[in-house]
Amino acid sequence: MTTTQDPYAGSRETTEGRVYTVTGGDWDATLGADPHENERLVVNMGPQHPSTHGVLRLVLDLEGETVTKARVVIGYLHTGIEKNTEYRNWVQGTTFVTRMDYLAPLFNEAGYCMAVEKLLGIEIPQRAATIRVLVMELNRIASHLVALATFGMEMGALTGMTNGFREREMVLDLLEEITGLRMNHAYIRPGGLAQDLPEGSVEHIREFLKEMPKRVADFHRLLTGQPIWQRRLKDVGYLDVTGCLALGITGPILRAAGLPWDLRKVEPYLGYETYDFEVPTADTSDAWGRYLVRMSEVNESLKIIEQALDRLEPGPVMVEDRKIAWPAQLSLGPDGMGNSHEHVAHIMGQSMEALIHHFKLVTEGFRVPAGQVYVPIESPRGELGYHVVSDGSTRPWRVHVRDPSFVNLQATAAMSEGGMIADVIAAIASIDPVMGGVDR
Amino acid sequence: MSNDGGSNVVPGREEAGYDDATASGGGFRKGAFGVSGSGDTSGFGGLVRVEPGGAVALHSTERPYGGWFDEVTDALIEAVGQATYDAAVQRVLVDRGEITYFVAREHLLALVQALRDDEALRFELLSSLSAVDYLDSGGPAVDPGRPRLHVVYHLTSMTYRRRIRLEVAVTAEDPHVPSVTTTYPTADWHERETFDMFGIVFDGHPGLTRILMPDDWDGFPQRKDYPLGGIPVEYHDATIPPPDTRRAYR
Repeated sequence: MTTTQDPYAGSRETTEGRVYTVTGGDWDATLGADPHENERLVVNMGPQHPSTHGVLRLVLDLEGETVTKARVVIGYLHTGIEKNTEYRNWVQGTTFVTRMDYLAPLFNEAGYCMAVEKLLGIEIPQRAATIRVLVMELNRIASHLVALATFGMEMGALTGMTNGFREREMVLDLLEEITGLRMNHAYIRPGGLAQDLPEGSVEHIREFLKEMPKRVADFHRLLTGQPIWQRRLKDVGYLDVTGCLALGITGPILRAAGLPWDLRKVEPYLGYETYDFEVPTADTSDAWGRYLVRMSEVNESLKIIEQALDRLEPGPVMVEDRKIAWPAQLSLGPDGMGNSHEHVAHIMGQSMEALIHHFKLVTEGFRVPAGQVYVPIESPRGELGYHVVSDGSTRPWRVHVRDPSFVNLQATAAMSEGGMIADVIAAIASIDPVMGGVDR
Repeated sequence: MSNDGGSNVVPGREEAGYDDATASGGGFRKGAFGVSGSGDTSGFGGLVRVEPGGAVALHSTERPYGGWFDEVTDALIEAVGQATYDAAVQRVLVDRGEITYFVAREHLLALVQALRDDEALRFELLSSLSAVDYLDSGGPAVDPGRPRLHVVYHLTSMTYRRRIRLEVAVTAEDPHVPSVTTTYPTADWHERETFDMFGIVFDGHPGLTRILMPDDWDGFPQRKDYPLGGIPVEYHDATIPPPDTRRAYR
C-alpha cells in the first residue's frame, strides 16, 4: 500500500493502525532566510480601544514599529438608519438622521431638511435660515472642540482633553437652552424650525462669544507652541491635494492640504454668501495643518455667529403653508416640553380646520412630490450630502447619506502605511472620524 | 413595504374607473395603508389610486436643458464622440435644478474617464455613490425585463463648481456594474457599501466584500423586498407591531 508522503507528518501502517510522525523545526529552510520575515507582526487594534475614536477596528501589519499595511474594519455601529427612515414619515426622518454623526447633529438635520425642502420646492423664512446658520456654527465649534479634545487625549495631552470638553460644555448648554436637548435635537424640521429662540438665549450666546476667544487663546498657549505636540503632529499623516481628491477627502483635511474648498463659500446655502468669514487653509498636508485649520475655523464660526445674531429680525420660523408646517408650537409646561397651551386651546375650542390639519399632519404627514435631489452642506468633517428620493408618498423612498467620516476614513492606509505605529493614532485623530456617521 | 403583493395588484381598468390616458406611464396602488390581510375594517383597504408616474417615471428632458447643462452635455459628446454618447446615454432628466444622465453600463467606464479627464468637464470628485431600489415604486410594473436597481453616481467638478448625477439601472437577476475604482479610488468603500446593501456586483473592484454588515450576513438589507425586521412590543396590554408591519399611510 502506498501513501502520499506528507513532508511534515510522515505516516506508516502498523498493526495498531496508521501512525503519524510529526516533524518540524525546518521553517527557515522552507521559507528562506528573510531577515524581516520573523519580525512581521499583525496587531489588531480595537474595536474597543481608547485611541481609535469609537468602535473602529484597525488591523496593522508591523515590521518592528513600522506599519507596512493598515486595514480598517468598520460596521460595528451600523444601525440601519437609512433603512429606518423609509418606514417613517418625512418629519420623523429628522429624528433619525440626527443620530448619525452624533457630534454634528444639527448638520444632519439641516442637510436632510434642505433636501426635503428642495423636493417640496419651498423656501423657509429668513429668521429660520438665520437661526439654522447660528445653531450650525455653534455645533461646528462643539464638534471641533471634541476633535481637538480627543486629539489631545490620544496624543497623551490629557489637559487638552479636559479643556476641550469643558469648553464644549458651554456650547452644549447653549444648544440645550435653544433646542431642549444637548444632542439629537430634532430642532431643524422640514419647513423651518421646531420652535423659536427662547427668551434670554441671545444674551447667553453673546456672553459665550465674549468668553470663547479667551478659551481658544488658552488652547493655543496650552498646545500649539508646545514642542512635544508639534513633533508628534508635524509631517505625520501626510496626504496632499491629489491624494485627497482621488480618495474623495473633503473638509479640514483637504483645506490643510492647501485647497480652500468650503461649500459655504463655493456653493453657498442658507445665505452663507452674505456672511463675512474666511476659509482657513494650511499648506503642510499633515496632522499639524489639520489641527491649525480646525483651531482657526472655531474663530471663523464665532464671527459668523456674531453676524447671525446681529441680523436676527422677528418673524416666523416655519413656513406659512399649514399643510406642511408642523402645527404646534412647543412650550415648556409643568411636565416638560410639549404642545403649547394656546395651541391646544385653539384646536380644541376654536377652529375645526386647525384640528383637522393637526390630526392629518400628525397621523399621516405631508406628501412630497416624486423625484430625487442631492443636497451637500459643509459639516465640520467635510461634504455631508443627502441623496433623498421620493415616490410621492408620505414617507421617503430612499435616504442615502454621503457622510464625510465614512469617506475620509478611507485615507487611513494612505496616511499611515510606511510610518510608525504611534503615528497611526495621530493620523486617525487628525481625520476625526465619528463612527456614528461612518456606520450609520 | 410590498406586503400587499406590490405591483401584482393591478386591478381591471373599468373597476378602477379611469381610461388609458390618465394611466399612461403610471402604476396602481391599492389601499390607503400599507397592510393587507390584517382584518382592516376601516374601509380604506379597497381604495385604488393611480400613481402618476411614481418615483421612476420614464420621463426625459428635451434639449436645450438650460444653463450649463448644455455646455456639459456638448463637452461630453465632444469628448467621447456622438456615436458613443448616443449608445451610452439612454435619456437625460433635468429636475429641480439637477441633471441626471441615465447610462448603459457597457459605456460607464468610458464616460466617467472622460468626465474626469476632459478639460471642459473636469469632474474630479466622486462625491457619492449609492443605489436605489425602485421595486413597486408606483411607476411601470417591475418585471425581470425592467431594471429595478439603480446605481447613482454624484460627480462634482471643483474646477467649474458643477454637479451632475449618473444613473445605471440593472436588474436584480443580473446585478453587474463595472467598478469605477480605477478612475475614482474613493469609490472603493462606496461600492462595497452598495454591494453590502443592494447586492450589486461591481466587476473589477479590488476586494468586493461586505463592509457594514457582518461577513456571513444573508440577504441585502436595503432592497425593498428585505423586511425592516423588529419584534412586536407589548406595552400596557396592547401589542405594538414592528414598524414595517404597522398600518401606515402610503
